[in-house]
Amino acid sequence: MGTSWHSGRVPPATRSRTASRKPTGNARSWDEPTLAPVVLVRGPEGLLRERAVDGLVALARERDPNTEKVELDAAAYGAGNLQVAASPSLFGEAKIVVVTAAEAGTDDVYADLLAYVAAPDPETTVVVVHGGGQRGKKMLDAIVASKAPILQCDALTRDADKAEFVSRDLRAAKRRAEPEAVRALIDAVGADLRELAAAVAQLVNDTTGTIGVGVVDRYYAGRVEATGFKVADAAVAGDAGGAVALLRHALATGADPVPLVAALAMRMRTLAKVAAIRGGSVTARELGLQDWQVRNAQRDLARWTPEGLATAITAVAQADAEVKGAGRDPVYAVEKAVLTIAQATARR
Amino acid sequence: MTVWDEVVGQEAAVDVLQRAAGDTRSMTHAWLLTGPPGSGRSVAARAFAAALQCEQGGCGACHQCTTTLAGTHPDLTVVATDQVTIRIEEVRSLIGTAARTPSLGRFRVIVVEDADRMIERTTNVLLKAIEEPPAHTVWVLCAPSVQDVLPTIRSRCRAVPLRVPPPEAVAELVVRRDGADPTVALAAARAAQSHVGLARRLARDPEARGRRSAVLDVARRIRGVGDAVLAAGELVDVAKAEAASSTSERDATERAELMRALGAQDGATLPPRLRSQVRQLEEDQKRRATRRQRDVLDRSMVDLLSLYRDVLVMQLGADVDLINGLDPNDLAVVRSLAADSTPEQTVRRMDAIGVARERLGSNVAPLLAMEALAIALRPQG
Repeated sequence: MGTSWHSGRVPPATRSRTASRKPTGNARSWDEPTLAPVVLVRGPEGLLRERAVDGLVALARERDPNTEKVELDAAAYGAGNLQVAASPSLFGEAKIVVVTAAEAGTDDVYADLLAYVAAPDPETTVVVVHGGGQRGKKMLDAIVASKAPILQCDALTRDADKAEFVSRDLRAAKRRAEPEAVRALIDAVGADLRELAAAVAQLVNDTTGTIGVGVVDRYYAGRVEATGFKVADAAVAGDAGGAVALLRHALATGADPVPLVAALAMRMRTLAKVAAIRGGSVTARELGLQDWQVRNAQRDLARWTPEGLATAITAVAQADAEVKGAGRDPVYAVEKAVLTIAQATARR
Repeated sequence: MTVWDEVVGQEAAVDVLQRAAGDTRSMTHAWLLTGPPGSGRSVAARAFAAALQCEQGGCGACHQCTTTLAGTHPDLTVVATDQVTIRIEEVRSLIGTAARTPSLGRFRVIVVEDADRMIERTTNVLLKAIEEPPAHTVWVLCAPSVQDVLPTIRSRCRAVPLRVPPPEAVAELVVRRDGADPTVALAAARAAQSHVGLARRLARDPEARGRRSAVLDVARRIRGVGDAVLAAGELVDVAKAEAASSTSERDATERAELMRALGAQDGATLPPRLRSQVRQLEEDQKRRATRRQRDVLDRSMVDLLSLYRDVLVMQLGADVDLINGLDPNDLAVVRSLAADSTPEQTVRRMDAIGVARERLGSNVAPLLAMEALAIALRPQG
């Protein structure tokens, strides 16, 4: 699988691994839990947040098997709840208090946490789980400033990170898998980390021995998570069959025809703009295109004639009208547009 | 002086309406004024309303007339929208209004300026109220053509068609009302294709004239597919900018007013329970901006259509006035296009403009619709 140049979000060349994982303050990865009076678990990936909390709870129970876990929902928090939960109990067992969904908390929860961070109870562990965003920033800043450990739960966007995640799960289950099998699994269910984790768990439970490509194929055969951009890539490359197969996959996994057409339109627009740059009338900077977008488009343009571009863009516009009510069958409309694009490429 | 002074070039329609206002036997309870945009539908509707309220049948000077024309008469309700459609809630409240007896004037007049901007469900709400209103209520609906309203509404109304007023009459109005230079006024009236409001703006605002010329020039500049896509992007950007400039100030004022009404301080973070109200306002504003952007784009396409119409006139050597004949730059564009293409190509391009306008109306992404259009306009061998 190539780098996703078309997404526009992650220019691959400029983003290195160290840059994205650079620890700030006392930050560490989600899988390195450590106990402290206050621990912050933050990041957009829900599954990793849950695992980080589980790791903390396991660590606390290792220290004291009678540790009591108390969960507080920040969204439904009333003033003083934290004080009640964090105070030592009658029988003196250790406590771990987990404040969940701190990204959508009440004003009270931030005020209470701010006060608590200033003078935490050393016997108790308070875990603040924050899903990202600006809400509660003052409280977050206070926790960071207090040198409390921070477990980062960043979203895994790169396939290499996902592969690492899969092999970690496999290692924990004392299982091995062929690299091709891991890749096939990520291609099939890699878009959602929770789904990926569930797939790994299923393979671990249902099969024995080394997990090979054959096993993955048996469970997730033929399933490909296609996006509009992948469909557009295949169509622009002139691969009609591949493009239609990807389109069917995308539709079967819940993609809507309207954004699919928008992806096609965006792709054709970039091609036409880069064709104009070649014509010499404008520069890439004036058009707001990145260098890598221009490079990729120039490579694709080798297969295109102006007439082909005109036919393709006209077909996409027609498809957009049809998916928005001018035609009877939106799926047919997109498919026709994809085929027209693929056939409009010049054969050499 | 009468209330009909502002209704230009519509002698036949004015005659019908005037007779109805003066004679109860020619009167009916529901009217449908139809005519192309800018032909003065809403002006005619207001003039008719004034004539109905006035004791002398539309003197244009009495209190009844002046307040009705200004839209402040208590017995006049005007429904218009600056969004894409009129909402069903607004229309429901009209039914209650229609049932009330007039307080000052002779009639309760309800003018629906954009009757074509109602979806079917909304229109159905009105059926009963339009069919049998109380004796003193008069409905005046305005739409571009009778086909734009449902047959069930059409059959309940008396239709009065307005024609496209002659450019000379529009120019005369522009000169009279705005004191514009007669040649500029005539050029503006022609360029606006007798759209009264647009003609006034073109005559008053040199920048508006410049923008129009720029749109026409786009047609000449498109040499290939790349240019076409860039030109389409430019047209859409201009439309966006124009929509933003005409709405942003009003948006900010409305927002400030809402914040004051809610008792929230500007600049401070908004309490969560007030957010939904602000969001609702923002959504309304967004709808307004969408409508405005579409209107601007549609206007550009009508301008382009007039250009190709002139090109066709020139290619066929027909003996009719050119729409873009009075501005030397525009005329040069017409000449060069006429020399470069065949009449068949011109007709095909005009068809493409029609298709693009239809697509824009049916919610196709504006940029994509314009790109397809611009590609169809490029020179083809």
